[in-house]
Amino acid sequence: MVRVDGIADERSLIQVRDLDKTYKRGGEEIHVLQGLNLNVGKGEFVAFMGPSGSGKTTLLNLLGGLDVPTRGSITVDGDEITNMSAGNLTSWRARHVGFIFQMYNLIPVLNAFQNVELPLLLTKLSKAERRSHVETALSVVGLSDRMKHFPRQLSGGQEQRVTIARAIVSDPTFLLCDEPTGDLDRKSADDVMALIEELVNKYHKTVLMVTHDALVAERAHTTLHLDKGVLVEGRRSQVTSIVGGVA
Amino acid sequence: MKFSRIIFANLFRTKVRLLLTIGSFAVALFLFVFLAVVRDAFGRGADVAGADRLVIINRTSIINLIPLSYRDKILRIPGVKYVTHNNWFGGIYQDEKNFFPQFVIDPDNQRQVFPELIVPEDQWAAFVKDRQGAIAGAATAERFHWKIGDRIPIKTTLYGGGSWEFNLVGIYHGKRPQDDETQFWFQWDYFEEKIPQAIKGQIGWYVLRVDNPDDSPRIAKTIDDEFANSPNETKTQTESAFAANWVKQFGNIQFLIVSIGAVVFFTLLLVTGNTMAISVRERTSELAVFKAIGYSDRAILFFVLAESLVIALFGGVLGMLSAILLIPVLGKAMSGLLPSMVLSPTMLLFGLITAVLVGLASGLLPGLNAMHMRVVTALRRV
Repeated sequence: MVRVDGIADERSLIQVRDLDKTYKRGGEEIHVLQGLNLNVGKGEFVAFMGPSGSGKTTLLNLLGGLDVPTRGSITVDGDEITNMSAGNLTSWRARHVGFIFQMYNLIPVLNAFQNVELPLLLTKLSKAERRSHVETALSVVGLSDRMKHFPRQLSGGQEQRVTIARAIVSDPTFLLCDEPTGDLDRKSADDVMALIEELVNKYHKTVLMVTHDALVAERAHTTLHLDKGVLVEGRRSQVTSIVGGVA
Repeated sequence: MKFSRIIFANLFRTKVRLLLTIGSFAVALFLFVFLAVVRDAFGRGADVAGADRLVIINRTSIINLIPLSYRDKILRIPGVKYVTHNNWFGGIYQDEKNFFPQFVIDPDNQRQVFPELIVPEDQWAAFVKDRQGAIAGAATAERFHWKIGDRIPIKTTLYGGGSWEFNLVGIYHGKRPQDDETQFWFQWDYFEEKIPQAIKGQIGWYVLRVDNPDDSPRIAKTIDDEFANSPNETKTQTESAFAANWVKQFGNIQFLIVSIGAVVFFTLLLVTGNTMAISVRERTSELAVFKAIGYSDRAILFFVLAESLVIALFGGVLGMLSAILLIPVLGKAMSGLLPSMVLSPTMLLFGLITAVLVGLASGLLPGLNAMHMRVVTALRRV
């Protein structure tokens, strides 16, 4: 279940409370997010939509522990990440978050297998165990036959699927997708979205996705609209309340 | 190590740049070690000097002569064990560029004062018997392909002109690798016979051995006091001090070489540092991905430093191999112009340590920048 009314829900995987994010540019303060509340249950697939500058990516970065809020708290699976040191936050990201970026962000000098293996190099898994995990992840995304291919030898859709394999290989608590189809043609975008849906429906992954594309957003369980840092609208099922912040 | 693949994959992403950087590193490090060897060679005189040897020169200057008659007075000073004397001949063998030092020696005492320079007994006996006999250092004999029995003509530039003829009757070797094997010795009697009357009985400098090196300051003072207020006052010093002063005649060689070495070192630092800075800047977003997926700041610093260190080690080893191959060749080519050049294991170790230090230092700044970059900012760069 997804809530944006700030009411505590013990069953939520992700709980965001009174979240503010303010940037200083020159002498001016820019309030990107203000008083934002969000509860996301396990296995949910949430899409965030909104115009450029509305704070979608900032929210995603905060949820993924890539940035720290000015005020408020984020709790994931019982861990309040807003109180963590930078070092602990890095370790937390390695264990709990899978990132899928718009531009794929694969390492060009590593092949598909090596790219997917990157998060596992931080674990104590043996070489054989790492191999097994990587092969499984690449098989889930349908690229078992492209393991030795380098990013330049793959299509955009295939590159994004390698990114998805990298995001799921360490079995993270949730996935964050920043415009995962933004750089793809419609056919490839459909394939990637089908894969993300499969991760949610078959493997019960929790996915939070930022997108500009209404067609892509429709495939999520819930769509939340952000405008100037405020959640203003929800769609489809289970949004129990919409609470906006200060504009 | 499981991260080595990442490090090497990044290194080889621009092969031409990598090769050029390693090449420039190797050349610079070779030059650095070569300068260190030259510096060492200039200081060699002081290093090979006997701790129990003193050198007496004319107080005015080494080019002023001293009477041979001083020898007996010197020998009477308590603590003095042996005394020998030398003159600088300064002749030319075939061509001016064929320089090597030629010394007039005193056959009676030469070997007692310089026991580290070895002449086989039969050759020494032949030398003593032959007034025109000469002994060459092994390096000089090899340089001019001389063999025992050869007749060596040397044109004098200081003693009236003309060519002096010598019979090569012996070849000496040093006991230690650093001993000078470029000298050419011939007999005092032959020299004394041929020089103009005005300078007969005058020697260039005395070298003496003392019983106890601890007595050297006292003996030196006694000698100089003995000849004070005479027409030829003396200056007595340890052989190492004499060698150091000799080198100073060429200017401050040490300072010059250290300065050039420092410039080479600094240039090396800039070249490698620039390569690493470009390399890091080019893949800012990739490094941000590493951080996003859980690689710590220290891991990022480690990657950059490791890459820089690998470049330095490849370049360093290549530079050291070049030094091992080329310095003996250069040493031979410059034999006579420079003191003997020896590339010691210590020097190689020094070169490798320099390489490691440059590698770490050049990677440090780009590494720290990568370490401290904000992921969200860096991810926006494509």
